[in-house]
Amino acid sequence: MQYHAPATVKDAVKLLAASKGSTQVLAGGTDLLVRMRSGFSEPDNIIDIKRISPMCKIARDGKGFAIGAAVSSAEMSENPALAKAWPGVVEAAALIGSTQIQGRATIAGNLCNASPAADSVPAMVAAGAKALIRGPKGKRQVAVEKICKGPGKTVLKKGELVEAILLPAKPARTGDAYLRFIPRTEMDIAVAGAGVCLTLDAKGVCTAARVSLGAIAPTVLLVNKAAQALVGTKVDDDALDALAKACSAAARPIDDKRGTKEFRIHIAGVLARRAAIIARDRALGKS
Amino acid sequence: MFQIQISTSINGDDTEFSCEPDETLLDVLRDRLGMTGSKEGCGTGDCGACSVVVDGRLVCACLMLGAEAQGREIETIEGMADGTELHPLQQKFLDHAALQCGVCTPGFLVAAKSLLERNDNPTEEEVRYWLAGNLCRCTGYDKIVRAVLDTAKDMRKPAKAKKPAARKRVKA
Repeated sequence: MQYHAPATVKDAVKLLAASKGSTQVLAGGTDLLVRMRSGFSEPDNIIDIKRISPMCKIARDGKGFAIGAAVSSAEMSENPALAKAWPGVVEAAALIGSTQIQGRATIAGNLCNASPAADSVPAMVAAGAKALIRGPKGKRQVAVEKICKGPGKTVLKKGELVEAILLPAKPARTGDAYLRFIPRTEMDIAVAGAGVCLTLDAKGVCTAARVSLGAIAPTVLLVNKAAQALVGTKVDDDALDALAKACSAAARPIDDKRGTKEFRIHIAGVLARRAAIIARDRALGKS
Repeated sequence: MFQIQISTSINGDDTEFSCEPDETLLDVLRDRLGMTGSKEGCGTGDCGACSVVVDGRLVCACLMLGAEAQGREIETIEGMADGTELHPLQQKFLDHAALQCGVCTPGFLVAAKSLLERNDNPTEEEVRYWLAGNLCRCTGYDKIVRAVLDTAKDMRKPAKAKKPAARKRVKA
């Protein structure tokens, strides 16, 4: 195995494009090193992106944010402007692992690891985040919900890497939230998760919404029917019931040691409902 | 595999080592540098027994490559005591009997020190959350949490004029 630590994105792309055999990008390493140790991954090359200074920064991108692919969850939590604008995304990233993991784990890595249960991904999808991809042919932006093709598989082509996660400017009266279910209070993998981002007008009527579900399908799902259940309503009980129903209907989970199919289908609706209430209150400036 | 030459700082000492590209920082510390204070419990970032601080950030040494240490500042349990003088946390762990077999202790100490450097007045909840990535199979955590809270209290004393401490633990 060869270890590379390029200083620029350009050099990283060159290395990725020219590499022979299997190549892994190393950001926080909290998934990659575990996989290497257990023998699931035996890369011929590792490209460490933590020496690329722009990728280690959170930049204001117009009114939105560009979160470099090497930025840790802890650094996101410590950024007051980011936490104020997108609390759902920051809280989702903060749910991943322990203090030690928080100091290393990145949301770009969480996305590229392509686990259906990745906590930060439904929150990013709800927020309308895009992945800024850099490759031999230049830059492209891809909606986060379009990155994962299945467990462990992404749409990234040879030579491409995620340079940053782009969060849009947040419209007025907009709130986001992410909730997950785990059988204990901390340090576990989501049995199911739900992200909601919604915008209200001056009268409190929902004008736009995005609803996402995690761990209930091979990839994180953007559930348009659930969003439609909120638009045009004051996000009242009837709307929330319709939202929960649409989420349960969209869920197509598996049975595993963490939860049964039946439970996941039910809890997907429950979590979306609760997340929508938090998002609504945030949009109203209540929390 | 050819070895990588790394220059880094460990507990304030300039340190050079060579390592394989896929060797973890934990393996380097233990097997190449003879610093066996950091323990390997799980090797997958779950137990925190290998906790070290890298550039001010608490991390698991098992989840970092030795090669990544180039130019970084690393703090390990070996740098915690000042010669024969224990760090206040180490003393409080002894006073509170916050250890049994001791395998998790270096990780807990490094993690707790990192907490108190950021927050000198943590609540019990904050201590428990901060240390949630450090597993102990002997003590059941209460004594560890008490030792950390008691250290924080003592360490705050010089800075603030506080009421005389009349506190004695009653609960077992």
